Amino acid sequence: MATAVVDQADKRQSPLSDAVVVRFAGDSGDGMQLTGGQFTLSSALAGNDFATFPDFPAEIRAPQGTLFGVSAFQINFGSSAIDTAGDAPDVLVAMNPAALKTNVPQLKQGGLIIADEGEFNDRNLAKAKYDANPLDDGSLAKWQLLKLNISQLTMDAVKPFGLGNKEALRCKNMWTLGLALWMFDRDRQPLIDWLNAKFAKAPDLAAANVAALNAGHAYGETAELAGPLKQHHVDPAPVAPGLYRTLTGAEGIALGLVAGAQLAKLPMFFGGYPITPASAILHHLSRLKEYDVTTFQAEDEIAAICSAIGASYGGSLGVTSSSGPGIALKGEAMGLAIMTELPLVIVNSQRGGPSTGLPTKTEQSDLYQAVYGRNGDAPMPVVAARSPGDAFECAIETVRIAVQYMTPVMLLTDGYIANAAEPWAVPDLTTYEAFPVEFLTEAPEGGFKPYGRDENLKRPWVKPGTPGLLHRIGGIEKELDTGHINYAPENHQAMTDIRKDKIDGIKVPDQVVELGAEGGKLAVVGWGSTFGPIHQAVRRKRAEGLDVSHVHIRHIWPLPANLGELLKSYDKVIVPEMNTGQLKTVLRDQYLVDAKPVNKVSGQPFTIAEIEAAIEEALK
Amino acid sequence: MNEMTTIARTTTLKDWETDQEVRWCPGCGDYAILKAVQRTMPEIGTTPENTVFVSGIGCSSRFPYYMETYGFHTIHGRAPAFATGLKLANPDLDIWIVTGDGDGLSIGGNHTMHLIRRNLDCQIMLFNNEIYGLTKGQYSPTSRVGTTSPSTPYGSVDRPAQPAAFALGAGARFVARGFDVSKELPNVLKAAHAHKGAAFIEIFQNCIVYNKDVFEDFAAPKGAEDRQLWLKQGEPMIYAKGTKGIALDAEALHLKTVDVVDGDWQAAGVIVHDVTNRSVAHMLVEMRFGEFPMALGVLYDDPRPTFEADVVRQNKAAAEGKTADLQSLLKKGQTWTVTEGGPEL
Repeated sequence: MATAVVDQADKRQSPLSDAVVVRFAGDSGDGMQLTGGQFTLSSALAGNDFATFPDFPAEIRAPQGTLFGVSAFQINFGSSAIDTAGDAPDVLVAMNPAALKTNVPQLKQGGLIIADEGEFNDRNLAKAKYDANPLDDGSLAKWQLLKLNISQLTMDAVKPFGLGNKEALRCKNMWTLGLALWMFDRDRQPLIDWLNAKFAKAPDLAAANVAALNAGHAYGETAELAGPLKQHHVDPAPVAPGLYRTLTGAEGIALGLVAGAQLAKLPMFFGGYPITPASAILHHLSRLKEYDVTTFQAEDEIAAICSAIGASYGGSLGVTSSSGPGIALKGEAMGLAIMTELPLVIVNSQRGGPSTGLPTKTEQSDLYQAVYGRNGDAPMPVVAARSPGDAFECAIETVRIAVQYMTPVMLLTDGYIANAAEPWAVPDLTTYEAFPVEFLTEAPEGGFKPYGRDENLKRPWVKPGTPGLLHRIGGIEKELDTGHINYAPENHQAMTDIRKDKIDGIKVPDQVVELGAEGGKLAVVGWGSTFGPIHQAVRRKRAEGLDVSHVHIRHIWPLPANLGELLKSYDKVIVPEMNTGQLKTVLRDQYLVDAKPVNKVSGQPFTIAEIEAAIEEALK
Repeated sequence: MNEMTTIARTTTLKDWETDQEVRWCPGCGDYAILKAVQRTMPEIGTTPENTVFVSGIGCSSRFPYYMETYGFHTIHGRAPAFATGLKLANPDLDIWIVTGDGDGLSIGGNHTMHLIRRNLDCQIMLFNNEIYGLTKGQYSPTSRVGTTSPSTPYGSVDRPAQPAAFALGAGARFVARGFDVSKELPNVLKAAHAHKGAAFIEIFQNCIVYNKDVFEDFAAPKGAEDRQLWLKQGEPMIYAKGTKGIALDAEALHLKTVDVVDGDWQAAGVIVHDVTNRSVAHMLVEMRFGEFPMALGVLYDDPRPTFEADVVRQNKAAAEGKTADLQSLLKKGQTWTVTEGGPEL
């Protein structure tokens, strides 16, 4: 079981004895994301491995106290490898009735509820659609309940600093964090330092927040004897020595793109348009001008990608980024980049669809759009990241493919990866092999052919401004070699074949088995952010002696050359995806394997238990 | 300007012609515009390799294939966006956007507006033929009310856009007008090129297949003096061989036509054209043909800092004093070191 916090919890549900899942839930204005973020840092400093899951509403300032205004942050931390943000929380901190109502169903049986009873007044209960106060009516009997008037305790703690009521109550999240730090035997000092730095210009606010933090911590120490509250120490996870930092997917992508551009020795141009959850990439890159990065907030999604293609035409690394609806708008321009064979990186931070769908929730339902979603025969490489750290590596890989094959490449991530944080061993950049771009600057022997090709079928990249190599490109079918307009039937056949052969011929690494063996009874095949739950589920089932392996695909298109043979070496293949079966369809089409779908489209990531159940079902 | 453009090199019209067969309909106004541009290029002191023609989709957008320069025939309506990325990637390039009334004002109206308001340094030639040519004759956003076409068999009912007024409204710092066969067109193009910033040129163009001679009312050579007002900086707005002029009705605050007697335009209150007068420019682009002559030439020209220059300046300023050490950037933020003894800040 998870934890010593909850002594009587069901052992079968969570065999790991060294991991704890805590969920902070409150109103959008309660600062839960900040509390979670700081608790994450303290977990890192305690040497725990961890994974987080910020779960916040699409509304910026949802009406206070409402069910749809609840913002939550879940963290799973432990002393062995953590792959997911955890299935069911062991501890739920509920700052108001709405937070309790929306989050308590997921709480593990016997888990601990810490509720701010100061917020459980008639008005808030009504907003959360409670007929009776759940803290008093026995409806929470299957959990342990700790009612504290956190609001009042916070007010008392910050009283000496003369804050107004509203400002004083804003310190509630620090009081709560203080209590959480005590519960898990954490050092307060880094948080105190952080608060002092954050409120350097307002020493009163800094002092009040520190006082709230200390008061919450002190409360834990004194209350320990009385109630269900117990202190618990989670040992550090054994990790390789080195420098670590927390990394979100958006940071991983931004840094990976900058690294990729440097390895290609190119300036980067980023054309973007604000959209959830992709905007964070634009925000990060817009602060990195000293890395030869130009960012451009375009008038719309179409202009964003078109400006990026224009920059690539001019000799920069063009990058654009969006989420599903914006990617749909960019489709025609992707076709032009394919036709004109210009390098381009398109980042798709997937979210729930179709249409506007679920902007702040996660889904993997753009795989068809990425692989097939353009007019004409328009092949384009697709790479999928599995985690924030992996997003860094994948971003470099997309840049490499784009410039080495003169093609647009799509990088798929999702809302879960974009917002979640994980500890990341800072890589040594000198270990990455550079792939500097060579522009064509003079006519080669035999004359200049704008659509002549090298052994990879790549055409030359010529910067406008280069004397002697004047030529025109465009979206109309090109003549072989010369690139002139040509509508001839045999020419279109030849050019279509070349565009396909070029992408099919991209060298991607062979598929490896993440966990388990090549061949056997069952392969669980995943892609993207489902890595965590699949990996943990397969690990657990293998520990129980089941013959199951985990295969996780990074190169969605073209697929690794050995993948077909690998999949055929298993008796059964299941494909868990946060969609209705998109990779499954591709695998069936490419290899005629009987891949079976395991689907979830609720806007929430898979739980480990759900994958475990699917494994058991498949091996029945 | 980069090195290549500073090398003095004379070119001739021939240097700007490609070997590609021109595929416009015989008699199309585009031929005349192509010649005017090819004739202008040697005179403006730029080089073919440093020049890029960027276009969208439509008859006019085939233009880049016929210019011996760099060229990018992009997708429908989006040429301004490609041009923006290209110019930001290499501000030294001399960029000409070629678009039409459908491409630039209908499907791409949004991009035209934003390019103009940002003031990207480039020339925008909008060929206005008041019809969709390449898709075979449907009415366009500049077609006059009542235009019958395959998609409006009973006549169009929507009011047309006015390209020059649109551009000025979007914040243009240079607005000019010309027409395909006018011998003044090269001068207009030269003025546009000399303007640092987004230079918008509406070029009336005769689509001889789907909208033949729709501009004959003012463009026909016969009687042209009576129907065309060619604006010249510092000169009075007179036409009809000096017998008529444009004056301001100071009470009603609009322009009016006045008779000029014995060449005494001052007495008639005729306005002297000041290309930097934005208020008068707004009145000139709104001047209805018929009641007034067609205002042609440079209507407005008052440069201000360009977008790409400001971007470059900000990029430089933001990068100043910082070293681009990516390894140290990776280490930024909340970090900790794991040693044998455990993690520490």
